[in-house]
Amino acid sequence: MKIGWLTLLLLLPLVGALGTMAVPKAKALLSKQVALGFSLVTLVLTAIVAVGYHQNGAEKYNETHTWIKAFGANYALGLDGVGIILVVLTALLTPIVIIASWNDADGGRWSSKSFFAWILVLEALSIGVFSATDVFLFYVLFEATLIPMYFLIGGFGGPQRSYAAVKFLLYSLLGGLLMLASVVGLYVLSARAGDPSYLLTDLIKLDISQNTERWLFLGFFFAFAVKAPMVPFHTWLPDAAGEATPGTSVLLVGILDKIGTFGMIRFCLGLFPEASKWATPVVLVLALISVLYGALVAIGQTDIKRLIAYTSISHFGFIVMGIFALTSQGLTGSTLYMFNHGLSTAALFLVAGYLISRRGSARIADYGGVEKVAPVLAGTFLFAGLSSLALPGLSPFISEFMVIAGTFSNHKVIAVIAVFGIVLAALYILLMYQRTMTGPVREGIEKLKDLNKREILAIVPLVVLIIGLGIFPKPIVDIIKPAVESTMQRVGVTDKAPEIPVTEGQK
Amino acid sequence: MIGLILPAADFVAPKIEYTELMPMLVVFGAACVGVIAEAFLPRALRHVAQLAITVVAILAAGVLTGLLINDNKELIAAQGAIAVDGPALFTWMILLALTLISVLLFAERSLDGGLSAFASQAAAVPGSEAEREGTAARIEHTEIFPLTLFAVGGMMLFASANDLLVLFVALEVFSLPLYLLCGLARRRRLISQEAAMKYFLLGAFASAFLLFGIALLYGYAGTMSLGGIADTLGKNTGGETILLAGTGLVGVGLLFKVGAVPFHNWTPDVYQGAPTPVTGFMAACTKIAAFIGLMRVFYVALGGTRWDWAPMMWVVAILTMVVGSIVAITQTDVKRMLAYSSIAHAGFLLTAFVGLAQAGSGVHNGITSTQAVLFYLVSYGFSTIGAFAVITLVRDASGEATHLSRWAGLGKKSPLLAGIFAFFLLSFAGIPLTAGFTGKWAVFSAAWSGGAWPLVVVAVLSSLVAAFFYVRVIVLMFFSDLPADAPDVALPGWQTTTAVALGLAATVVLGLVPGPVLDLAARAGEFIR
Repeated sequence: MKIGWLTLLLLLPLVGALGTMAVPKAKALLSKQVALGFSLVTLVLTAIVAVGYHQNGAEKYNETHTWIKAFGANYALGLDGVGIILVVLTALLTPIVIIASWNDADGGRWSSKSFFAWILVLEALSIGVFSATDVFLFYVLFEATLIPMYFLIGGFGGPQRSYAAVKFLLYSLLGGLLMLASVVGLYVLSARAGDPSYLLTDLIKLDISQNTERWLFLGFFFAFAVKAPMVPFHTWLPDAAGEATPGTSVLLVGILDKIGTFGMIRFCLGLFPEASKWATPVVLVLALISVLYGALVAIGQTDIKRLIAYTSISHFGFIVMGIFALTSQGLTGSTLYMFNHGLSTAALFLVAGYLISRRGSARIADYGGVEKVAPVLAGTFLFAGLSSLALPGLSPFISEFMVIAGTFSNHKVIAVIAVFGIVLAALYILLMYQRTMTGPVREGIEKLKDLNKREILAIVPLVVLIIGLGIFPKPIVDIIKPAVESTMQRVGVTDKAPEIPVTEGQK
Repeated sequence: MIGLILPAADFVAPKIEYTELMPMLVVFGAACVGVIAEAFLPRALRHVAQLAITVVAILAAGVLTGLLINDNKELIAAQGAIAVDGPALFTWMILLALTLISVLLFAERSLDGGLSAFASQAAAVPGSEAEREGTAARIEHTEIFPLTLFAVGGMMLFASANDLLVLFVALEVFSLPLYLLCGLARRRRLISQEAAMKYFLLGAFASAFLLFGIALLYGYAGTMSLGGIADTLGKNTGGETILLAGTGLVGVGLLFKVGAVPFHNWTPDVYQGAPTPVTGFMAACTKIAAFIGLMRVFYVALGGTRWDWAPMMWVVAILTMVVGSIVAITQTDVKRMLAYSSIAHAGFLLTAFVGLAQAGSGVHNGITSTQAVLFYLVSYGFSTIGAFAVITLVRDASGEATHLSRWAGLGKKSPLLAGIFAFFLLSFAGIPLTAGFTGKWAVFSAAWSGGAWPLVVVAVLSSLVAAFFYVRVIVLMFFSDLPADAPDVALPGWQTTTAVALGLAATVVLGLVPGPVLDLAARAGEFIR
């Protein structure tokens, strides 16, 4: 049997995880090197796939094998513009997290090799989630990602970690199980129409009555809203991100939560276009609340990691808003935002993690004047913060602008209010910077070491990408665009003002 | 009565289809041989001999059943008393397979200082001199093997009973040995005996309900055969009151065995008190037999009045799921927790049962209720026996350490054992890539196909509650500190190792590639009359 490219991408980290676990306990360094090696090879392969996708299109990467015939379930993988972007993000962030978390899992209750093995398992499952073209397979992988993340949060992190892990798991399961009801419903519809099949290509042909479609949509949307997370289903994220190690938080917010917004595009819009249009007003209002509420609560946080978690809730509000604005500009912006948010939040979490590991406290009040003692640390922190608040010239700016512009053409009031989210973003980032980095050097900070080479190595790729894509986002936008167009077509909406070209407009 | 003279009728020997009934006859025959062996063999040989007889009989019956499945045999045997159809054969097969694993656990002797999990002398007063002497002399109750064979034979008969009287006889045949087995624990004998007593009394009570229901149904239809009752329903002869009362009472009797709320009260006490290998056997096999019996009676005999009994079953299903999952949260004993979990699982199974998705009903090409239930029972059965086998291994000086607090930090002490148990729990919770998920998916889709989608919504919400208490155990095992007086993990003999390995393998395989078993369950088709 020929092994497809995507299967290879999925298997490689799994093999890496087994390899990492197989290393004897005494050789902790070797196990880390094995994990890093596998994640790097996966990154290279992903790059090859991405280039191939860019040049030759998606057909080459499609794989379909019957899995469980009675359920109509298939092992079907494929790529579209949104999927490939997130696969690349996953493959990119994993080695960065491994490098940045090199010593984070040492000396804990569990051996450090299991930390890296779980990271690789999570990478494999995430790649699977982003490339699944069968709803059943997607659901299985979607739920399966909970297990590595659960052990990553619960096994390594702060004192409240097991509470945070359980909270994370239960929230996610609540969403996931309601989605299961919808997934089962899809099967029943598909079985009534003929042979049951979970392939996306078969499901979009189904004729679903309006009422049923709305119920099924709600099941899916709820799961994704918990995952994303949107207010009011967000309370698990600050706990989880606050207790987990910085590396875990990056994977959680940077990759895992993207499954929510990814699912909204691929499944909510793709499978239930009518219901999506029906739900738009409510979803947009919820998204707006997420933007503002997340930002406001972030300002009030006293814990650095929880603050970053709340900024992400605000950012996810923007992403959801762009998706449900139902304009090609908004959708493209949201997809780009998912990628850029992954980069900027990763940078912010990792640098914050460096800072916290030096002082041993995540409280903002424990810091002050760090820039005098550790200028490189403070500089990267400022850079990460600025990218998070979408400073023009850095990549998140472009996506945020596109989201707001895309929303504006359909929903002016919402877009106008959402702009305040940007103002608040400047506030929470700069206030945090001011309190921790500037001013007189606080007690306990005097001997803070600056970043070492390994830590810089992990941050550099993120910095380069944030600047590079801020200046020249065209390659990514080109990849996203066809997928956005087909989604728009599927939903049956066209842009109101087509005279503004998507890609050339903002540069 | 003395003067009554029966009209002289020619005696016609009943026609018995020996080939088709052979699996059951082998099991019952071997049970009788076991009783004789018990009486005549010297004590030293009994354990080996009984184990050999039991294993050989189960294997032989399994092979015979396999041949019947292969031949696609479907017929009503023994003058209409027994239905040898697809679901019955499938059930026989899983019952035999699970019994084989259970028997291995019964035979385990390396966990408790070379003694089995069963009392040396059941008649000796707990804590008495006679008990100590028996233990010192290494006396064993090898009767457990023939008792198990009788039980499984009765279960096989129960699952294929095509006549209410046979159903009742089968119920007693498999219940009585179980009552005895429950009371035979070597450790904590008092609660074991209490469990047996409770099980017996409540079981007798439920049997009375069943019997009364049978009588009423007979009064309505004038026949005991399931097909006959179905025919009478079609004729609309009046007497609905008797019919409904009979349906309700038969339902009570059967739902008691299934362990559905509000007839579940025996489950936690019995599961906790019985010797753990027996608990595993009961949890898996009794549930299977009872469920298939329930489905057969209600689908075959009472299918015509489904609109009358379906609402009752809806209520029972919802109660069972909700009560089972919620009460499980408050449990502090692993075995009691699994007991409530088994109640919740009964609720999930009931959703498919109430869904009434039947092949050829025109609106549905997907999975049928029978197929879904059969598959679920397979996946649940293997995971359950595996999980109880794991419980037998966590021990301290006083026997098994079943209190949940004693399991804290087990992941540190024995990562492998805790990992396996966690996997079983994840399967019970229905996390994808485990057998439990596939099973849940199957029963939910069968329920929805039959229009019972509100049940599916209740079921997923109960699954969430259930997930909470399963995950709590995982948290306890992996994220809690190991106390100084933590129980030991006993080194299992080959018997327990095999049982755990088989349970684990089935849970993995049915989670990853459930296709073949699902197809077999589909091939089993529907109940015949």
